[in-house]
Amino acid sequence: MQTIEILNLDTNTSEQQALKPLEQARRQLEICNACRYCETYCSVFPAVHRERSFSDENLKQLANLCHNCRGCYYACQYTAPHEFDLNLPQALAKVRQESWQDNAYPAAFAKAFHKSGAAIGAAVIVGFAALLWLIQLMGTHSTTDSQANFYDLLSHNLMVALFMPAFLLPLVSIAFSVRRFWQDIDAEPLRLIHIKGAFASAAKMKNLAAGHGEGCNYEDEDRFSQARRYFHQATMYGFLLCFAATSTATLMHYLLAMAAPYDLTSLPKILGIIGGISLSIGTAGLAYLKLEADKSLGDTQVWGGEMAFVLLLFFVSTSGLALYWFGQSPWLGELLALHLGCVLAFFLLMPYSKMTHGFYRLAALIKEEQNKV
Amino acid sequence: MKKINNIYDTLVIGGGNAALCAAITAAEAGLKVLILEGAPKPYRGGNSRHTRNFRCMHPAPKAVLTDSYTEEEYFDDLLKVTKGKTDEKLAKLVIKNTHECYDWMQNHGVRFQPSLSGTLSLSRTNAFFMGGGKSLVNAYYRQLEKLDVDVLYEAQVTHLDLQGNHIKSVTFHYQDEVRKLSSKTVIVASGGFQADIDWLARAWGPAAKNFLIRGTPYNKGVVLANLLKQGATSVGDPTQCHAVAIDGRSPKYDGGIVTRLDCVPFSVVVNQNSQRFYDEGEDVWPKRYAIWGRLVADQPDQVAYAIIDAKSLDLFMPSVFPPIKADSLEELALKMGLEPNALTQTIHGFNASCRTGKFHPTELDGLATQGLTPAKTNWARPIDTPPFYGYSLRTGVTFTYLGLKVDDKAQVQGKDGPIINLWAAGETMAGSILGQGYLAGFGMAIGTVFGRIAGQEVAKYANH
Ligand SMILES: Cc1cc2nc3c(=O)[nH]c(=O)nc-3n(C[C@H](O)[C@H](O)[C@H](O)COP(=O)(O)OP(=O)(O)OC[C@H]3O[C@@H](n4cnc5c(N)ncnc54)[C@H](O)[C@@H]3O)c2cc1C
Ligand code: SF4
Ligand code: SF4
Repeated sequence: MQTIEILNLDTNTSEQQALKPLEQARRQLEICNACRYCETYCSVFPAVHRERSFSDENLKQLANLCHNCRGCYYACQYTAPHEFDLNLPQALAKVRQESWQDNAYPAAFAKAFHKSGAAIGAAVIVGFAALLWLIQLMGTHSTTDSQANFYDLLSHNLMVALFMPAFLLPLVSIAFSVRRFWQDIDAEPLRLIHIKGAFASAAKMKNLAAGHGEGCNYEDEDRFSQARRYFHQATMYGFLLCFAATSTATLMHYLLAMAAPYDLTSLPKILGIIGGISLSIGTAGLAYLKLEADKSLGDTQVWGGEMAFVLLLFFVSTSGLALYWFGQSPWLGELLALHLGCVLAFFLLMPYSKMTHGFYRLAALIKEEQNKV
Repeated sequence: MKKINNIYDTLVIGGGNAALCAAITAAEAGLKVLILEGAPKPYRGGNSRHTRNFRCMHPAPKAVLTDSYTEEEYFDDLLKVTKGKTDEKLAKLVIKNTHECYDWMQNHGVRFQPSLSGTLSLSRTNAFFMGGGKSLVNAYYRQLEKLDVDVLYEAQVTHLDLQGNHIKSVTFHYQDEVRKLSSKTVIVASGGFQADIDWLARAWGPAAKNFLIRGTPYNKGVVLANLLKQGATSVGDPTQCHAVAIDGRSPKYDGGIVTRLDCVPFSVVVNQNSQRFYDEGEDVWPKRYAIWGRLVADQPDQVAYAIIDAKSLDLFMPSVFPPIKADSLEELALKMGLEPNALTQTIHGFNASCRTGKFHPTELDGLATQGLTPAKTNWARPIDTPPFYGYSLRTGVTFTYLGLKVDDKAQVQGKDGPIINLWAAGETMAGSILGQGYLAGFGMAIGTVFGRIAGQEVAKYANH
């Protein structure tokens, strides 16, 4: 009788594993370029097939076009234990991370916060403690006073003085980083038509649907599912609504001299509550999917940091909602400190966390539109 | 672990396209089905994992397929490549059914995409699988889950007990034990024997030891041999296999599509002794790539070397490994293990016989050598612009032709008429339809059509 030797089921030659992220991605994309089976999964592949060889700049742009849907992993006939050892979602995730971290100001912060959930947790605790201390120091009412309004605890001016720079400085930092990335990937000057094309695909999260519109291979191996797309939509639009709520409140305060608190039918409240609920559901869903998904198809080194960041966003929105509902409770002071502490940590961490991915992705999409014409 | 017992209406041997189509069809007809897949889960799906498209007849434009592709044209194309060695009735049965298969496949989770970049010539005739064959295989396994079909991986079938015209039991290895199951019906869909190099060497000669196997290492023809030994009727030339020239550095097994090399028409191809042996520019590459497998197999040590220069590097699809690169022909020869003087002589001789004329990479341009044997009849440009590039070529076996003879109901034929509870589908019976040659996308067409027929027939038999 013939026996059939089982192929080397645990290959992963250490030589290939030792490659640096850019080299690893290059090795794998050269295989993809000879194969092309995944051509219509996402915008990465058509961009790959335009090239014959891949410069570092190419690779960084391609990596930021990938949204880690994993379709190309489960469809690939060359994944481990095959000796070609394809794991494109992971290879691109690593290059992507590297591009975010290397371009961040200061890069050392990015390296710490991207990787470490604990560091993000610590930032939140510091934020919370600082706010609690401020409230106790400045508040005109004691925090146990049940009639308190939050401007009594922390005056509007103080909030603005604290949060304006905490919001704007990180944005400036991101702007610098993305500009550096922009130069890095050799992009041309911005033109409206490219921006329009890029926004169109970002707004619909077109790529999150995959070429056949059935979504990602995320939480259950090769089963296609829209869950990640929908939770991500909920997160992004929820975030934008919350942002709109804060902006309208600021405008009402300064332009119309209408001070908070606003009633339930006012614009800031409506936007804020819908946005907050959407953001809470979205982030909870994303965190759940992340637990279900196979870690080894992403950059395992940053799993903790990414998870902590999703949870931080969840706390931002949920503590915000709690403020609406428990605004009259004796815990107002603590709740306010928790919410503002989370918001503060979130703002300050923006340049050093997953939050930057949107900016980089947009840049990569615009560059892609430029390449197409 | 699943209890394995005799509750099944049908046992399906194999876990590739044909097996899956058969299992889905049988289960949808209400049968209790068990799949015995010899490969471990990561390698499930046999050669079907490596495929990219299937050839589909269509009277009018259909989704990703442009224009029309009629039954007659399809059949003519088949006759051309098989030089008439075609079973007309079975071939037409497959061709007719491909049209309906497209929708069936889509309804069972397969997604199609327009023909891939670099394969425009197939956009009318072949529907490409989005994500390739492995995603098709995955989609079908998902269907099986829904239909409650049991699947055993690493379950290698070694023996079918044929008594008279009836299969009594199926013996297989599973988790270090020998097991035996009986069921009303059995479907064989375990592919060809190309991964058994000893068998290839017996059929082809010792040269086969140096062949590379493009697909799965698990198709060793164990079930095929077992049935033929017990008197099942065979079809197809036992000494032949479909072979192409692929990158000589490819893995021994399972290199798949990426090891393909399309550079030959723009190159000079020499053997180990740096001698040319065939017209590299005879025809466009898709029409010639199959004969190069044989040509290389006839050279010493079954290896050849394709040499190009900087002018031609971008004229063909990139392949899995970068070419060997050198600034001079001598250096290239050394890097590739050829004798530098011999190689330069051959190339200089070739260059001297090139004439001026219009070079057209995408059509037969008639730019031929003069006074050279063998001649290069198209695309003959001197190899003179450094850097020079070289690829080694070896013979890569796609599949074997020897198979089980079946009728139009996919029923396996024994010594004295049909074996009444045994059906076959896919590669293992493809010899019943085409005796030589190959038409891109026809393997998956045969597997899908005959897999579904086998599924329907077992259901009829088991339910009667
Ligand atoms: C690189 C490559 C590319 C190809 N591209 C195309 C293409 O684009 N289009 C096309 O139409 N055709 C293509 N072909 C041909 C195509 O792969 C086959 O025609 C088709 O896959 C055959 O399907 P099958 O189900 O009969 O066999 P397979 O898919 O090979 O399945 C055979 C199954 O049987 C199992 N098996 C084997 N022995 C045993 C045993 N003793 N016990 C249990 N299980 C066993 C194997 O593990 C495997 O799962 C290609 C082939 C190769 C090698
Ligand atoms: S991921 Fe795998 S199947 Fe997809 S294009 Fe790359 S090599 Fe081919
Ligand atoms: S993981 Fe998804 S988005 Fe990323 S390259 Fe693969 S298919 Fe494209």
